[in-house]
Amino acid sequence: MPSFIRNPQDFWSGVIFLIFGLAAVIIGNDYAMGSAGRMGPAYFPTALGSLLALIGAVSLVRSFIRHGEPIGKFAIKNLLLVTAAVVLFGLLMRGAGLLIAIIVLVMLSGYASIKFKVLPFLAVAVGMAVFCILVFVIGLGLPMPILGSWFGL
Amino acid sequence: MEILHFLALGFDTALSVNNLFYCLVGVFLGTAIGVLPGLGPVATIAMLLPATFSLPPISSLIMLAGIYYGAQYGGSTTAILVNLPGESSSVVTAIDGYQMARQGHAGKALATAALGSFFAGSVATVLLALFAPPLAELALKFGPAEYFSLMVLGLVASVVLAHGSLLRAIGMIILGLLLGIVGTDVNSGTPRYTFDLPQLADGINFVVVAMGMFGLGEIIANLEHEETRTVTVKKIQGLLPSKDDLKRIVAPVLRGTTLGSMLGILPGGGAMLSSFAAYSIEKKISKNSANFGKGAIEGVAAPESANNAGAQTSFIPMLTLGIPSNPVMALMIGAMIIQGIQPGPAVMTEQPALFWGIIASMWIGNFFLVVLNLPMIGLWVRMIMVPYHFLFPGILVFCSIGVFSLNNSEFDVFMMALFGLFGYICSKLEMEAAPMLLGFIIGPMMEEYLRRALLLSRSDPMVFLQRPISATMLILSALALAVVLLPSLRKKREEAFEE
Repeated sequence: MPSFIRNPQDFWSGVIFLIFGLAAVIIGNDYAMGSAGRMGPAYFPTALGSLLALIGAVSLVRSFIRHGEPIGKFAIKNLLLVTAAVVLFGLLMRGAGLLIAIIVLVMLSGYASIKFKVLPFLAVAVGMAVFCILVFVIGLGLPMPILGSWFGL
Repeated sequence: MEILHFLALGFDTALSVNNLFYCLVGVFLGTAIGVLPGLGPVATIAMLLPATFSLPPISSLIMLAGIYYGAQYGGSTTAILVNLPGESSSVVTAIDGYQMARQGHAGKALATAALGSFFAGSVATVLLALFAPPLAELALKFGPAEYFSLMVLGLVASVVLAHGSLLRAIGMIILGLLLGIVGTDVNSGTPRYTFDLPQLADGINFVVVAMGMFGLGEIIANLEHEETRTVTVKKIQGLLPSKDDLKRIVAPVLRGTTLGSMLGILPGGGAMLSSFAAYSIEKKISKNSANFGKGAIEGVAAPESANNAGAQTSFIPMLTLGIPSNPVMALMIGAMIIQGIQPGPAVMTEQPALFWGIIASMWIGNFFLVVLNLPMIGLWVRMIMVPYHFLFPGILVFCSIGVFSLNNSEFDVFMMALFGLFGYICSKLEMEAAPMLLGFIIGPMMEEYLRRALLLSRSDPMVFLQRPISATMLILSALALAVVLLPSLRKKREEAFEE
């Protein structure tokens, strides 16, 4: 982190606001603007986007002036494990089915815990899977395959 | 009296076997998630929403409301017994409640919390019944300009009362408003910010946003301070407070209820702010203030009454104006829209059974909570012992299944993961998720009212200042912002939040 950034939280939140704000304005350019009395689809988002970009800019400037707390360390491993587990659940749902998707989700996200042990977590995973199949598929009748298309079912 | 007639209608609705059942389920689930640390009412309500779509609107809203105020009860149980506030609203209860438990008065503290909450809940229910109708009547006269200004005031007030950086909170609101706009524009049919993805044509589902930011994001953050928690709970005895105790808690309960009821109505208010404010005020004016922090029963009674009162009066702006004052209310509004009910003042006149049924169910739910929870304390204690590392994968499973079932689409699951990622980054940068969710729900309504107001005024922006109600609300918003920005007052605000 360069030393001229005195408030990293302000700096990065400013960057985020600036990006979203500018994106809203630039993408909104493709839509019809209209006028205040007859607003087109671009009117409100362009106004909001400009305001957001302005707030981002103020936050950026402020980050060079006012001191602030450093940003806490990112737990990259946990972040990746948990999001990857959820994404995998989505990917496996149709192909492999609910049973396998749940077991993969529990095991992969569970690995993020410092207390992870294979056997107890496997027991929890299988228990969760059976419970969810009973409640959601058999009980509530949600249209989810227990075993997916990969099994030729 | 008309009100009695309506209340009778409400109790008639709420006392049907079906609705009683969902009320019970709601308060039971609410208590459970209140007990479980790391799982809040926002994530739970979002998780359960898909399951309620098939219920009749009244049953689903009764259940969702039960989860919210039930969570206040559950949160205080863990705060008192093991010094782990299950909800942010019971953080202050832990201070004196846990000390009482250590001195062997756990039962007394629990009973005080339950009785205080019940009293506050009953008062707040009456207030809701008294004040909602005139407010809704007033709101029926609102035109688009008034609504737009009201939304501005609601959003501004929600950041003024929030803690942390004001600039970032405003940024998050606007970001939320923008995200709410994604999807097909109702007036022109133009798809906006959809990146040609058909899944985004109907906009981003609010359940996806809430679960991502409040469910996933918090799990990732919680995993960082995963502690080795060994919970030991002493045997609880002596549930009933003595006559002397009752005398001591009367005044704090009354003060807590009054304060909580007032703060609950304010946008951005609700349970958490109410309990913090009640504790710090009680600490200043109580005769027993020297004992605060060392197990003062007043320090349990005041915040516990306040958080329950606040949780319930925060329904007033939601039910009468259709304006959410906190993320839970935002989800309730989302649930109403999905059920085909346009939130706003018309709900009361067009759906009196729904409106009064919810109000009556709150009183019934509070009664359930007192009757059920004290005897069931053993079950809750066992639930506290569920270790987090077994809990969070389960939460992830429920979130994922819930989101998938919204549209039977994996796309929503991916979106939830994306919002989880974003939510985690936001928590690191201390950008609060709550204002973003409020903005997200209000976004489309706000645009529509702005559009209509300017159409009616033939693009004259002065319309917002020429109409007295609208002008008052805008002036109040400006004042609120000015107050926070003034350096001297700003310091006081920071001090107040630190306490």
